[in-house]
Amino acid sequence: MLGSLNTRVMLEYLPEIWEGFLATLLLSAAGFAGAMVLGVIACALSIQPLRWLRWPAVAYVDAVRATPLLAQLYFLYFGLPRLGIVLPEMLIGVIALSLNSGAYVAEIIRSGILSIQRGQVEAAMSSGMSYLQRMRLVILPQALRPTVSPLIGQAIVLVKDSSLLSLISVVELTRAGQRIAIDRFMPIEGLVATALAYLVLYYLLKLAAAGWSSRNSLPGRG
Amino acid sequence: MFWIHLDRVMGYWPVLLKGIGMTLALSVLSLLIGVVIGFAFGILRAGPNRALSRVVGLYIDFFRGTPFLVQVFIAYFVLPAVGIELSAFAAGVVALSNAAACFIGEIVASGIQAVPPGQSEAAAATGMSRAQALRLVVLPQAVRIITPSLVGQFVLLIKDSSVVSAIGLLDLTRSGWMIVQSVPNGLLVFAIVGIGYFIICYPLIWLSRRMEGRSQAPIL
Repeated sequence: MLGSLNTRVMLEYLPEIWEGFLATLLLSAAGFAGAMVLGVIACALSIQPLRWLRWPAVAYVDAVRATPLLAQLYFLYFGLPRLGIVLPEMLIGVIALSLNSGAYVAEIIRSGILSIQRGQVEAAMSSGMSYLQRMRLVILPQALRPTVSPLIGQAIVLVKDSSLLSLISVVELTRAGQRIAIDRFMPIEGLVATALAYLVLYYLLKLAAAGWSSRNSLPGRG
Repeated sequence: MFWIHLDRVMGYWPVLLKGIGMTLALSVLSLLIGVVIGFAFGILRAGPNRALSRVVGLYIDFFRGTPFLVQVFIAYFVLPAVGIELSAFAAGVVALSNAAACFIGEIVASGIQAVPPGQSEAAAATGMSRAQALRLVVLPQAVRIITPSLVGQFVLLIKDSSVVSAIGLLDLTRSGWMIVQSVPNGLLVFAIVGIGYFIICYPLIWLSRRMEGRSQAPIL
């Protein structure tokens, strides 16, 4: 089957694939930056002691985790105009990606912080540190180290999820591959080119995760 | 206006119900197939045959590294080109159960590797064959370690099934998409769709979290 692939057409459309690749990279980077901001805020809210600030964060995380990204995307795509907010599809896509991944980022950071042993907090308290000092000097330096690999894992998920933006007609990698299918009636060539381009991103991120964890893992802690 | 829209959306309840049925059918069927193939993948991946382990690893990587939407299109457009004609439903099940098998395979392999090697050595010392040791000693312990992640994986599978709507299957997401064409209130329609998914997924998320808390107890 691979022998009958029309590689000439695939090469002909290389510029389109390359543009799609860059668009996917850019959309994912923007989405991930937004997700980090949202995730840190949601995590901070969900571990602080005030109950009425805690539950919106918990509700956000649970609502996102229990519904598919595509439904969230359509919610924004068909819903925002209803509120009089008209945004370009691309921006709606980035917002959806950020909102979605933000919930997972919040969970990752939260589990990092909760993995800190109580004794660490108690020791910091008994040496007279305030809440913010404890967070900054004792908890966060230990808590953030084991979150890096899962965060890169989430970045991988986000890159793949960004393909759904093609369904609200954002031009990115998946959409670029469909161009070959539509222009030349060659869906296979388009899909193979698209899949290969995604695999490049996947292996790059996977290498980054492996490299990081081999250099930074602490004995006895991930 | 809200009540009029709500009333009109509720008029579409047969469509929503059909959508939920399709989402459940897709997810449950793919889960069953995915678990069977996934365990086979995992056992091969963690097994002693290096070459086989690498081949399975590459296969798994291919599907873990590409978006599920692309995989759905592959099942729907590429398989017919090699002589496998599939209906949209069959293509959806193939894509979903294949993706599930790849993720479950990786989970099972890591579960098997998490069982201390002393266990299979002890099994070998009591005269068990490799297959017996796997079936009676290693797998039961591995399954206990990985059950929370397997439940979590099922949630991902249910959510991924929404992507299959891209090839025209009328699942829960697609039913929302259809309703929003005639009731112009995306917030309301997709909030209802979201509630549908929440009712299916949240109990599983809760279960997975609960089990994760419990399996922290020493496993040996």
